[in-house]
Formats: sequence, C-alpha cells, structure tokens
Amino acid sequence: MVNYIIRRILIAIPVLLLMVMATFALISAVPGGPFDTSGQKKMPDHIAAIMERQYGLDKPLWEQFARYLGRLVQGDMGPLMQSRVQDVNDVVSQTFPVSLQLGVMAVFLGLAVGIPAGIIAALRRNTIIDYTATFFAVLFASIPNLVLAPMLILIFAVALDWFPIAFWGADPPFILGIFPKPTSEFFHHAALPVVVLGMGSAAVVTRLTRAGLLDVLSADYIRTARAKGLRERAVIVVHALKNSLIPVVTIMGPLFAAAVTGSLIVEQIFAINGMGRRFISSLGEREYFLLTGLTLIYGAILIGANLVVDILYAWLDPRIRYD
Amino acid sequence: MVAELTVDEAQENTRESRSPSQDAIREFRRNKVAVAGAIFIVALVVAAFIAPLITPYSHETQNVSNNRARPMEGYVITTDFAAQNCHWYGTPLEWGCTISFVGSDTLGRDLWSRVVYGTRVSLAVAVVAATVSLTIGTTYGIISGYAGGRVDNFMMRIVDFLYALPTLPIIILMTFYFQQVGRRGEEAGAAANFLININQAMGGLFFIFIVIGALFWLGMARLARGQVLTYKQQEFVQAAEAMGASDNRILFRHLLPNIIGPLLIAESLAIPGYIFLEAFLSFIGLGVQPPRPSWGAMINEGYQGLRSAPWLVLVPGIALMLTTLAFNFMGDGLRDAFDVRLRGR
Repeated sequence: MVNYIIRRILIAIPVLLLMVMATFALISAVPGGPFDTSGQKKMPDHIAAIMERQYGLDKPLWEQFARYLGRLVQGDMGPLMQSRVQDVNDVVSQTFPVSLQLGVMAVFLGLAVGIPAGIIAALRRNTIIDYTATFFAVLFASIPNLVLAPMLILIFAVALDWFPIAFWGADPPFILGIFPKPTSEFFHHAALPVVVLGMGSAAVVTRLTRAGLLDVLSADYIRTARAKGLRERAVIVVHALKNSLIPVVTIMGPLFAAAVTGSLIVEQIFAINGMGRRFISSLGEREYFLLTGLTLIYGAILIGANLVVDILYAWLDPRIRYD
Repeated sequence: MVAELTVDEAQENTRESRSPSQDAIREFRRNKVAVAGAIFIVALVVAAFIAPLITPYSHETQNVSNNRARPMEGYVITTDFAAQNCHWYGTPLEWGCTISFVGSDTLGRDLWSRVVYGTRVSLAVAVVAATVSLTIGTTYGIISGYAGGRVDNFMMRIVDFLYALPTLPIIILMTFYFQQVGRRGEEAGAAANFLININQAMGGLFFIFIVIGALFWLGMARLARGQVLTYKQQEFVQAAEAMGASDNRILFRHLLPNIIGPLLIAESLAIPGYIFLEAFLSFIGLGVQPPRPSWGAMINEGYQGLRSAPWLVLVPGIALMLTTLAFNFMGDGLRDAFDVRLRGR
C-alpha cells in the first residue's frame, strides 16, 4: 500500500508539471498583456517596456517558463503585477483557507445529510418518507447552483433576514493558517454558501446510498444475519452499511471535483474572497503568475483528493488490492 | 390424446414480436415524469424556432421608460390602457397589448421575449456540445478499446492525465482566450480570421461549443472503451473477423450500433451540465455577447437588483431550472427504460 501511494505521488509530479506548462502557455497566448498601451489603460510605451522587463515578460516563452519553474521549486509562486505589496503567495495564503473551509464544509454537509437520508429512504422503502427523500434528491441534484443561490438568498436572506447576503464570516489571519475562528458570525455567514454548494452533493449521495443499501439488503449474508437473530440495527450498522457505502466512496472523487468547481461559482455569487473569485477577477488584469498558481493548486487538490479516495476504497473493500 | 394445433391456429396464437427499442419506449411512456420532461423539451425546441411568433418584442427592443416593470404590471386592460398600449404591428401574430408578462429588465427589454430567445442559445449549446463530445469521445474510445494492448494503454494514459485537470478553471481560461482572440481579430492569421467570422456570426457561440466539447469527451471515451471491451469478445465480432471484414467495417458496422445506446443516454444526462456551464460562463461575462440573450447573462444583470426587483433573476433562473430538470428527468427515464433489470417493477 505504501508503495502504491509513493508511486501515485511520483506520477502526479509530471502530471502537475504538464498542467502548469499547458496553463502557462494558454494564459500567455491570450492577446493583450497586463501593461497594455492600447485600450483604457494608457500607459506610455517606454514605461510599459520597463514594467515588462521587470516581470520578465519580454523574454521568450520557454525562458519565462523556466524562470517560473525555478522560482516554484523554491516555493515562490511569482509576483503580482497589479500590486507591489503582495505577491502570489500572499494572495494564496489569504484565499486558499477560505476556499478550503467552504469546500470541506460543503462536502461534509453533503455526506452528513446524504448518507442518513439515503439510509432512512432505503429502510422505509416505498413509503411517503422514501418518496419525499427521493423527490428532494432529484430536485436538488438538478437545480443548478446559479439558480439555487438567488432563490435561497431571496427566501432566507431578503425575506426572512436570517442570514447575510454575502461575504465570508472569517478573515485572515486564521488559526494554524487554515482554521477559522468558530464564532457565531462565521457560521452565520457560512450557512447559505455551504448549503448551496453542498445540496447538490447531498442529493447525489442520498440516491447512491439508497440504491447501495437496497442492493445490499437483498443479499444472502444479510438474510443469514437476520436468521441468526441479530437485532435489526446490528444487522444494518455492522454488516450492511460498510458495503453499501462503496458506491458513495466511488463517487467521492467526482464529488470533490464538483466541490472545487462549484466553489468557483458560489464564491462569485456570494462575493466570498476565495481562490475562485480571485481567479475570475484577475483574468482581465492578465495576472499570469496568479492564474497559473491557482490552477496548479486546483489541480493538486484534485489529484490529492483522488488519491485519498482510492485509499479509502481499498480500506472499505478488502478485495481491492493495489499492487 | 394431445390436442394438436393446425398451422393457422398456431399462427393466430403467437403475438407479434417486439424489438427491444419498442419495449424500451413502452417502459419510458410508463414513467410519467420522464414523459413530462420530454414534452417540455419538445416545447422548448418549438419555442426556439417560432420565437418571433410568441413574443411581443424582439430580444433587444429597449423601452427605457418602462424599465424594471413588475410582472403583469398594467394588465388590467381598461379602455385608456388599450388605446395607449394595444397596437397592430402589421404582421399576423404581432398584435395585441404590449405588456410585459413577466416584467422588463433595467433597460426596458421585455423579459419574456429575452427568455424565449434565450432558449435558442441554451438548446444550441446542448445540441452542439453534446454532438462534439459524443463524436470525439466515441471515436477515441472505440479505437482505443478495439486496438487494445499498448495503443490502448497509451490512449488511456492521456485520458487519465486529462482527467486530472481542473475543468472549470481551464474552461474559463480557454473561453477567455477565444473571447479575446475574437475581439482582437486583426492580429490573427487568415484561417483564424475565418473561424472568428463564423464565431461572430453565431454571436460568440461557436468557440464556447468547441471548448465545452473539447473538455467533456473524456467520460464518453471511457464509456465507449468499456463497451467495446465487452463486445469485442462476442461471437459476432469474431465471426466478422473470421470472414475477413476490415477493422473499419467491424468498428462501424458491427460494434457501433450496439454500443451507441448507453452512450446516447449518458450524453443526454450530461446535457444539463452543458447548459449550466454556458449559463455560468455568461454569468461571469465570458459567454455569448450581448445583446444576444442568455439566461446566465440575464441572471448576472439582474443580480445587482436582487432585493428590489427579484423577478429579474427569478424569471431566467426558473427557466434554467425547468430546462435542467426536464433534461434530467428525461435522461433518467431513458436510462431506466433501457435497463433490462428494471422491467416490470
């Protein structure tokens, strides 16, 4: 198992390298630069030349990329072109914890709501509880974030005034760099974004758990356990649950990917100062290093999440062995 | 003594045979929700085609004095109102009282008209992106699956690498690139200019479709490859090989018709994702160019006034939601209908 993990991490490095190269090339290929002399930002030509030389933008592309890589292995993700006080590392340390908090809470909400709901729906199959749960699952799985967010805002923030409309309730500096101070204001602000991001996951997890548990409950070994006289709860919790969660673990990789993707959308709607919002707002300003760095971080998160999911999969199902 | 049937009686007693797709269609029709979704989608397609006939305005007619009108404002048709607002526009179906059924936006454009014209964009995205990703993915998958061995290994390595890419940031970057190239066309070469002109003609849709299709074929490829691997060992393929059929013929005459079913269903389940992606890209300003309406752009414009004029966001939002729901229900229904294990439940 340890060999497998080491191998996966080693393979991930060239993958990330290729990703950075592709992103860097793509961003640099966009016409226009951060110090444009045409358009609205009329900077005099000679000043623009000086600025480009300062950031190395007048060099050929491969040389820019080599310098970028050289800085990257030392942990420096490059400068910001619109700000002299901050560089990319500062922006990342401010925005990454916010996005992490949002994403983790959303995935947690999805599992914490989805798995119990799926279990209850499976145990009370074809009753009103089952129909309600399935209906809401299909509904929330289909409503896009872009529509769910304004609706929830209108109901809970504007009409009922229970939650604030925008912004994240915790600002840097964070505890240990990533944990927020658990004040009530934090949860107040976090409620709507996390719900919007997590409901889609909860819906999918509900359907999968329900289907998985229904499959498992009709298996022979469950009949044996019941015939032995075990209490129903023991049968379900000890024998059925672990196996019925396997489809859920299978989907946790795409679930993390959806949380990463969805956080871009939710951050934009709720004006949360996370990585996604900085990504979109720095497009127009052609922040090459920031954009490449953020894409790199997103890719690393995805690769890491997939690795964790594969390990979890092997733990849950002893028949799976990676050699 | 055993009763014997004559040939005629035996023929009368047999039912006529049904093909699997007829069984599936029967099963589909029993699923009321899926049928409702399918009907809604057909209605959307019809509305997209006959949009000028069912909307009182064009999608860009501005009536700034009537901006931010509430839904159904002024719907009480008194004689004064009729004298003021009801006209004959000269063409057979553009008549009547020009009221805003569902309100108007900040520039006075009628929301109903914009929503109906917006269905064109969303359906275009759905169809084109699905076709592109289905074509690329299926071709890639069946070639990889049929070739097997090292070619298969290599092709799947590429798919695994592309799977690790974070899709939304890359899509945003590519759309941004195409948008900027489209705006500064004078710097590009002749071929690029040609593509840019096509893009402009379609209101900026062309490049977005390419981008979406270019990044979503991976799931299709894996699915196609899995299907081909299953079917490759079956006797009819081996028989075709033994008879000397060329690889091409085996791939496209024998394998493809068998595997296309699950692929089409998987693609129709991915369509809501394409529609939503286009809406989000329009929401952040990277989608179709104004004044061509897109539901995402409408949500973006209306978002500023969410407190005071919520219908600006709700109207396109509900349209988006209903479309997504309809495709999801129909796709689920199709998948369940073709799944043999669920028959007779």
